[in-house]
Amino acid sequence: MTPYTKQKPFPIEVHDLTVAYDKKPVLWDIDFELPESMITAIVGPNGAGKSTLIKSMMGLIPSSSGYTLIYGKPLDKQRRSIAYVPQRESVDWNFPISVTDVVLMGRYPHLRLFQRPSRADRELAMKALKEVGMEDFAKRQISQLSGGQQQRVFLARALAQDASIYLMDEPFAGVDAATEKVIFEKLQELRSLNKTVVVVHHDLQSVPDNFDWVMLLNLRLVAFGPVATAFTDENLQHTYGGRLNILSQMVEQSRRQRFVRETE
Amino acid sequence: MDLFLDFFSLQDPNIRYVLAGTILLGISSGALGCFAILRRRALVGDAVAHAILPGVCLAFIVAGGKDPLMLVLGAFVFGLLSMVTMDFISRNSRIAPDASIGMVLSVFFGLGVVLLTVIQSSGYIDQSGLDDFLFGQAAAMVGYDVKVFGGLSLLIIIVVIIGYKEFKLVSFDIPFARSIGYPVKRMEFLLALLMVMTITAGIQAVGVVLMASMLIIPAAAARYWTDSLRVMLVIAAGVGALSGITGSFISYTAPAMPTGPWMVVSAALIFLLSFLLAPGRGEIAAFIEKKRLSWKIVCENVVKTLYTMEEEDGKTDRVRPFNELRKRRHITSSRLKKVIHTLQKKGWVSSYAGNPESYLLTMEGRKEAKRLVRVHRLWEQYLNLHLQIAEDHVHDDAESMEHLITAEIESQLRQSLGSPALDPHKSKIPYDTKEDSDSSEDSDSFKNSTSGKRSIPGDKSNAIDDSNSPDDSNPTDNSGSSDTGKGGKRL
Repeated sequence: MTPYTKQKPFPIEVHDLTVAYDKKPVLWDIDFELPESMITAIVGPNGAGKSTLIKSMMGLIPSSSGYTLIYGKPLDKQRRSIAYVPQRESVDWNFPISVTDVVLMGRYPHLRLFQRPSRADRELAMKALKEVGMEDFAKRQISQLSGGQQQRVFLARALAQDASIYLMDEPFAGVDAATEKVIFEKLQELRSLNKTVVVVHHDLQSVPDNFDWVMLLNLRLVAFGPVATAFTDENLQHTYGGRLNILSQMVEQSRRQRFVRETE
Repeated sequence: MDLFLDFFSLQDPNIRYVLAGTILLGISSGALGCFAILRRRALVGDAVAHAILPGVCLAFIVAGGKDPLMLVLGAFVFGLLSMVTMDFISRNSRIAPDASIGMVLSVFFGLGVVLLTVIQSSGYIDQSGLDDFLFGQAAAMVGYDVKVFGGLSLLIIIVVIIGYKEFKLVSFDIPFARSIGYPVKRMEFLLALLMVMTITAGIQAVGVVLMASMLIIPAAAARYWTDSLRVMLVIAAGVGALSGITGSFISYTAPAMPTGPWMVVSAALIFLLSFLLAPGRGEIAAFIEKKRLSWKIVCENVVKTLYTMEEEDGKTDRVRPFNELRKRRHITSSRLKKVIHTLQKKGWVSSYAGNPESYLLTMEGRKEAKRLVRVHRLWEQYLNLHLQIAEDHVHDDAESMEHLITAEIESQLRQSLGSPALDPHKSKIPYDTKEDSDSSEDSDSFKNSTSGKRSIPGDKSNAIDDSNSPDDSNPTDNSGSSDTGKGGKRL
């Protein structure tokens, strides 16, 4: 044992994470430790690698280097304690499936392979639907939902997972005001239950009122900390300002040069 | 007819075998086809089906004739090989997936045809039945064949039932499936394997050229009838089974005829019926719905015109002549007559007994017209204010949107605009007033007291007098387009 008092492990630790598509780096050397029971916003301009970050944390895309720990353990040992809400556009909303069926998928991590959901699972799914105010839509086919309703169904599925950490990719993209309110309320509620929430977000204005911590991201981690200290004009300038133009230009340049070498 | 009875009485044991085989095949290919089309792998199925021909030929060469187990093995190996090749090409080159599918399909099939020719010209191998594998010959199946091919189908059906939940998840949302640690790669491989197995199971009855359609068509037809994957699987299996029965019947009655094309044609017929007749999604239902909607728009426009005329002179009790309406709406007399008839049946428009060629809005009609005008003007205001569209450009859009805006959207519009008084053209936006919401009582009492009595057009003092008179002995009677609700607004 170390002489130091053993700390409770962080919900999420990311170390030296670098991700590249086709050798083109989209995330450089990301390193952070996420505090418990906080709502964290990941903000940054388009193409800053926000979605890429949580996807690679979930092991959905391979990273060139670095690793992620969930409560101090590798992700594969902790799948049940983490719920991921993909972007709404990632699925075909014409798929022949009902709202209940989608939410029920949130119970799959608690079922064995090929095991059918039980009555209790169905009840939990229904409860999750009620929590997002969608119980009247339980039997509807998902193509009949509006964008906001689709997002609520995805949220309900994550709630049905009953996880400790929630990673959400752009849950506020293209949703109506009522849905936005529901989602923000749910986030608060999750925090009060000591859950940790990370949200990829693009509306800077709503950050101070609704989030505890903020991560400013633009290919690299610009700032990370409590909103009060990290969400400053200076940091935003660094994130959205002209400086990154040079970085992205270099990235573009390196890609083009490689391409030239290939074809020559 | 005799043939028909002969066939379906199932006296001949071979007919029973063949039928069992094709039905099982239809069920398995229909069910698995659902996953194939939902995962957008239909074309891959076609390529795999063509690509197994060299495997079939090699099986003939190795076994020195037709041996179902060898056939299954050969077809299976080449099916997998073609899949791996397609995957390899699109992964390791700049060639797009559709091009790699096309390449694999034609190259493998070409190789198969070469081998076919070699066998046919060699003379060493017992070639009987080899041709059947191009277009299928169900009747050529004997007991042992059915056991092999039917057993394969049965295995597929069982695996689909067991893995339903997993296949559904992997077909619907792969990122989520991976996020919860599902073995997505293995599931996808299993589905690919099942597809190759299904195609293999069909080489005798349907043949390699058309087997893909037995995967695609029943599933595509089934999609028309349901929004539930479970039901879709069952319907597709049913369509597949039905096509199987047709195919074997044809094969039995006309032995010279290949079975595959008949199975495909009967499946396609079912698809055509689904395409036309399916409720909601079918073309006929869509056509009727379109007609209904355009009729609704015509009717709503006439009501709206009546309201605009009221707005212009401020007289809600004046009847409007047929011809004026016709001119304003630019429609033919016969069409307007039908519209008026519809509106009278709806109780939105009425006329005075003495003047049947002129019309005015009822309470109900006015309420509806008001709503239309309101959402029209709210929409204009919304476009003008929130989308910065100039006020002389908003009318046309609102003209079509007014028929589509639901109560929910209306309330959202009002919320976001704060129920403005005027639209961009400074026209007043009409909101329901207290008297409108109370109107039902008014119009009831009005009906009771005045129906069928008054025939003097435009005389409101009379109307009010009548409605106030305690003449309740008259039963409610709106026949002959009476003045229902006409005075309601005034009351």
